[in-house]
Amino acid sequence: MLIKQLSVFLENKSGRLNEVLDILGRADIRIIAATVADTSEYGILRLITTDTAAAYMELKNNQVSAQQSDVVAITCDSSAADFAAKISCFAREGLSVEYMYCFSVGDKAFLILRTSDNARVPELVSRYGLQTITEHDLSLL
Amino acid sequence: MDERYFQPEIETMGRHDLEALQLRRLKESIGAALRSPFYRTRYGGAGITPDSIRTLDDLRRLPFTTKDDLRGNYPFGLVAVPMDRVVRLHSSSGTTGNPTVICHSRHDLDCWANRVARCLYMVGVRDTDVFQNTSGYGMFTGGLGFQYGAERLGALTVPAAAGNTVRQIKFIRDFGTTVIHAIPSYVFRLYEVMRESGISPQTDTRLRTLVIGAEPHTEAQRRKIEESLGVKAYNSFGMSEMSGPGVAFECPEQDGLHIWEDSYIVEIIDPQTLEPVPDGGIGELVLTTLDREAMPLIRYRTRDLTRILPGECPCGRTHRRIDRIKGRSDDMFIVKGVNIFPMQIEKILMQFRELGTDYLITVDTVGNNDEVMVEVELGDLFTDDYSQLQRLTREITRQLKDEILVTPKVKLVDRGTLPKTDGKAIRVKDLRNNR
Ligand SMILES: [Zn+2]
Repeated sequence: MLIKQLSVFLENKSGRLNEVLDILGRADIRIIAATVADTSEYGILRLITTDTAAAYMELKNNQVSAQQSDVVAITCDSSAADFAAKISCFAREGLSVEYMYCFSVGDKAFLILRTSDNARVPELVSRYGLQTITEHDLSLL
Repeated sequence: MDERYFQPEIETMGRHDLEALQLRRLKESIGAALRSPFYRTRYGGAGITPDSIRTLDDLRRLPFTTKDDLRGNYPFGLVAVPMDRVVRLHSSSGTTGNPTVICHSRHDLDCWANRVARCLYMVGVRDTDVFQNTSGYGMFTGGLGFQYGAERLGALTVPAAAGNTVRQIKFIRDFGTTVIHAIPSYVFRLYEVMRESGISPQTDTRLRTLVIGAEPHTEAQRRKIEESLGVKAYNSFGMSEMSGPGVAFECPEQDGLHIWEDSYIVEIIDPQTLEPVPDGGIGELVLTTLDREAMPLIRYRTRDLTRILPGECPCGRTHRRIDRIKGRSDDMFIVKGVNIFPMQIEKILMQFRELGTDYLITVDTVGNNDEVMVEVELGDLFTDDYSQLQRLTREITRQLKDEILVTPKVKLVDRGTLPKTDGKAIRVKDLRNNR
């Protein structure tokens, strides 16, 4: 239901993002989705990969500050109306969305959400009949 | 006689008597110093005689002696006895300019060995012990200094010298070594090699006590040494200008190093104003030798930063304690009139578990103001949330400001990216002089 996301601390210095991606590339880890949010001094790179546990160990061994955390990835079609409908399920239950990004494979789109209360996510997913993807699904991509 | 003390009458002497002893010896030291060409010129010219000193406080009026004075009067300009009385010299490696040379008479070597014996006895070393010294021998004072000190005590002393770890471990096992003197990084090396060879320090050796020094280390590293080897580890402080090891040493309380005040007068000064710092404050250690005849040094600026630990030690020794040395006074910088030592900043940073171990302090002029920037590497990322990172930065800034009285700019940086020279971290970059 929940999947692992990798967050990586990135100082705002040219080339640093490349270094991190190179480390993952050398370990044969593929990136399914990525987003970078930054301030003037540093950024946090958020990644969904084919093997997040391995990616985390690879970065750790290379002295990169990283963390694994839980997010939910919901299947939806690419229409704005559908995006809104899916997100509103959480709002209705009093969960706020801290951040969100998406990716698509073929005609399928996936919304990755970090909510204010991960513990309640499974319950809401089943109540609203949302479709989510699992770690196993990711490893097959 | 109390078994805890090597020389109970000196180690537990009342402060009043100890200071009277210091005053008497100080006058003798100045008298002796005046027989050297260097002090004859510097002190004699200023009309300074042993009678200029009526109280210990009068010492403060005398000029300092520096490492440059030793270099500038290389090799024998500070020798205060006829050369036939000199029986040994130790010389530092002079990486820049002349090396420094310290000359010893038979009396000086005798006092030195006695001090080292006193230190070792203090932490429980006895004539039944086997003491293995992994210091380099030769010019380095940690070799012969500990050798003669441990022999004076009557311990079986193994001059293993530095290196060849496999052989060191063979000695430890074959000779039943109970005490080792080593630098902390070498202790970790010994432990590594023991583990690789399937030797348990606890069950396969008789090791009980470690004497560590000559290399800066943290309390956490000491505890790690104690745990991994199953020993007690004690800090040793010395320097070749003050003969070598045996200047100050931890007692069983492991809370500060007793500095032997029958041999040295201790001052802590502000390295900038050269004024005394009150007990408890950090400053530069300044030492005056009291029982060295071949080459007395008066008010020698050690460049080491430490502080006097206020209060009495439960061990019963009356000689005051200094904190472990954490930096050099050359690293001090001044911002907005405030003296700042890197160790103050390091102390705060090391309290944050979110941070790594490397940091860099940059001082620069921005507009008309001097500003301090502290770049510190992050440890493992502990959050995915900016506001948490910002909160961390704010908290570090607040605590630093409380400590150094100047608000620094704190910046989190990637691990392993701060500059290093020769594998050693650079701690302070002062860009103000470059403009
Ligand atoms: Zn004590």
